[in-house]
Amino acid sequence: MTALTAPARPDEDAPLRPLPWRRMAWVTWRQHRTALVGAVALLGVLAVWLWRAGTRVHRDYAAAVACRPVGSAACQDLVTTFNGTWQLMVNPAVLLLVVPALTGAFAGAPVLARELETGTFRFAWTQGFDRWRWALAKLAALAVVLAGAGAAFGALVSWCYQPFSHSNQALALGLYGKGGLDGNTQFALVFGLRAVAFPAWTLAAFAVGVLAGMLIRRVVPAIVTTLAVYTGLAIAAAAFLREHYLTPLVTSADVHGTAWIINQWWTKDGKFAFGGRIPDTIWNQFCPQGPVDAAKCLAPHGYTQWTSYQPDSRFWTFQWIEGGWLLALSVLLIAAAIWLVRRRAA
Amino acid sequence: MTVNVIEAGGLGKRYGGTWALRDCSLAVPAGHVAALVGPNGAGKSTLLNLAAGLAEPSAGGVTVLGGLPAGSRAAVDGIAFVAQDTPLYKNLPVADMLHLTRNLNRRFDQAYAQARLAELGIPLKRKAGKLSGGQQAQLALTLALARRPRLLLLDEPVAMLDPVARHDFMAAVLTAMADDGVSVVLSSHALAELERVADYLVLISRGRVQVAGEVEDLLASHRMLTGPAADAGRYAARLVVHLRRGAAQAHLLVRAAPHDPVPPGWEAHPVGLEELALAYLREPGAGALPGPARGRSAQPSEVTR
Repeated sequence: MTALTAPARPDEDAPLRPLPWRRMAWVTWRQHRTALVGAVALLGVLAVWLWRAGTRVHRDYAAAVACRPVGSAACQDLVTTFNGTWQLMVNPAVLLLVVPALTGAFAGAPVLARELETGTFRFAWTQGFDRWRWALAKLAALAVVLAGAGAAFGALVSWCYQPFSHSNQALALGLYGKGGLDGNTQFALVFGLRAVAFPAWTLAAFAVGVLAGMLIRRVVPAIVTTLAVYTGLAIAAAAFLREHYLTPLVTSADVHGTAWIINQWWTKDGKFAFGGRIPDTIWNQFCPQGPVDAAKCLAPHGYTQWTSYQPDSRFWTFQWIEGGWLLALSVLLIAAAIWLVRRRAA
Repeated sequence: MTVNVIEAGGLGKRYGGTWALRDCSLAVPAGHVAALVGPNGAGKSTLLNLAAGLAEPSAGGVTVLGGLPAGSRAAVDGIAFVAQDTPLYKNLPVADMLHLTRNLNRRFDQAYAQARLAELGIPLKRKAGKLSGGQQAQLALTLALARRPRLLLLDEPVAMLDPVARHDFMAAVLTAMADDGVSVVLSSHALAELERVADYLVLISRGRVQVAGEVEDLLASHRMLTGPAADAGRYAARLVVHLRRGAAQAHLLVRAAPHDPVPPGWEAHPVGLEELALAYLREPGAGALPGPARGRSAQPSEVTR
C-alpha cells in the first residue's frame, strides 16, 4: 500500500457547529432518567403518604381548636384524638431523615463513578464537548432537579407537621400532651425535613456522592462512602454545629416550651454551683419532700437557675444558615469534582 | 510538506511512582495507518491516551494534527478516539448512542452513520450492550468516523474480537482511510492483521520508541539470513537485530539493503512485518532506527545558530 500524503479531509466538507449548553440537556436526561425518575418516584410515594397523613392531622387539629365549650368531655376527646396523631407522625419523621441521604447518594455517586468504572469516560471525555462543560452541565442539571424536588417535599413536610408547633392558643387548649414540636424536637428531629434544610441536605448528599464517585471510581463503594460521610455530617450538624449558628440567649427566667434549650446550670451567690442535673445531695438537703419544682425549692436558698437557649423565632434563620453552609459545601464539592474531571483522567 | 499527526518530544507519563511511558520522542506523519506495537505495559495505551488528551503528560509534550496541543479544542474536534474494549453506554439503544454522540460534537454525519450501520446490519433499536463484540466495535468505529475526524486513534480495537470480526474491522478502517483520507494510529497485538493494514510501524518497548518508520522502508532495509549455526558470528553485531540459533542452522534478522552481498553458504530472504516486529520485540535493546524528521525540536542546533 502506498502512503498517502494528502492532507486529511478538508474541513469545509462538514462545517463545525457550535455546541450550546442545551445539547447536554438531552444527554443528561437520557443517561440519568432512571436515577431521576427513581428519586422522584421515591419522593412521590412518600408525598402521597404525607399528604394523606397531613390532611388528617390538619382536620383533627382544626376540630380540636374549634371545639366549644372548651374543656367539655367532647372537646377533650377531640384533643386526645389530635394528640394521638403525633404518635402516627413522630416515627416516620426519623425514617424521612434518610430520604435526602438515599436520593442524593443513589443519584450522585454513579454519575462519574459509572463512567470511570465501565471505561466510558474514555468515550465521553474525548468528544467535542469540553469535558469540564460536560461535567458542569450534567451535575448542575441533576443538582437543580434534585434540590427542586427536595424543596417541594420539604414544604410538604413543613405543612404536615405545622399543627404540632406549640402555638400558645393550642397550648392553652391542652394540646400535645407530652408530644408535638417542642423546641428540642423542632430543632433536632424535624429540622432536616423542613423546606430549606431538606433540599440542602439532599444537595449535600448528591455532592458528596459525586466527589466520592470521582475519587473512588466504583459505584457501590462510592454509594456506601457517601452514606457514611452523610451520616457523620448529619450527626455533627445536629449534635455540635447547629446550636452555635447564633449565640444562645441566656436567661434566669422560665423559657417558652418552643425554645431549644442548649444548656442549664445553677449559680449561688453569683458563682457557678452545678450544671445539668441537680445532684442528689442538693435534693436531699433542700427538697427532702421529693422531686417538685426545683426552682421554687432551691430559690430561697440562694440558688438561681440559668438557661441558655435558642428561641423559636430563630427557627427559620437557622434553616437558612444550615441551608447556606450546605449549599456552599455542595458547590465546593461539585467544583472539586469538575476540577478533577478536567485535570485527572486515564 | 507532510504534517505529523502525532509528535512527541521527551514525553513521559507517571502513575504513582511508575513510569508508564518515558522519554518518548516520535513523529507519525499524516496519511498512514500507523501501527503501535509493543509488549504489554510498553506504554502504547498511555501514548494514545496522551495524544487523545485524556491524560496530562508528566514530562515533555505531545502535539497532534500538525502542532495542536493534545486535548485542545481544535485537537479534540479533529481526533476520534476508540478506546480499549470500545466503551459504549451499554444500556442505550444504538439510535440513542448516535443521538448522544451528535449532541456532544461540533460535527457529526448522521446520514453516514445510519447508512453504515444499515450496511452492517446493526439494528438501531437494539441496546449497545446486546450487540455482539464485533458489532460493538463497528458501532464504536462508526461513531468515531461520523465525527469526520482527521485522525483516528484506535487502542487495541480487535483484541476482543473473533477472527472474522477482526478482519471486517480492519477492512473498515482501511476503507475509511481510503475514502476519507483519515490518518489512523492503532495499537494492537494482532501482528498478522497489522501486516495487512499498517503502512507505518512504531515499536515501543519499556516506554521508549524502538523503531519508527514506513513499513516499506523497514522491510526493504531488513533481511533474514539463514546459514550454518557455527558461522553465525560472521555478521557485525551492530547489524544483527536478532539471532535465532537452531541445531544446525541459525536465523539472523539483519539490517541490510536488498542487494547487499550474501556470505557464501547463507541464504537471504525478505522479511514480513510480523517477523520484523517479533525480532525487535525479542530484543528490546536493539537500536532504534531513525524516524522521520520531527518538527521544531528536530532542527539541528548548528543550523539555527
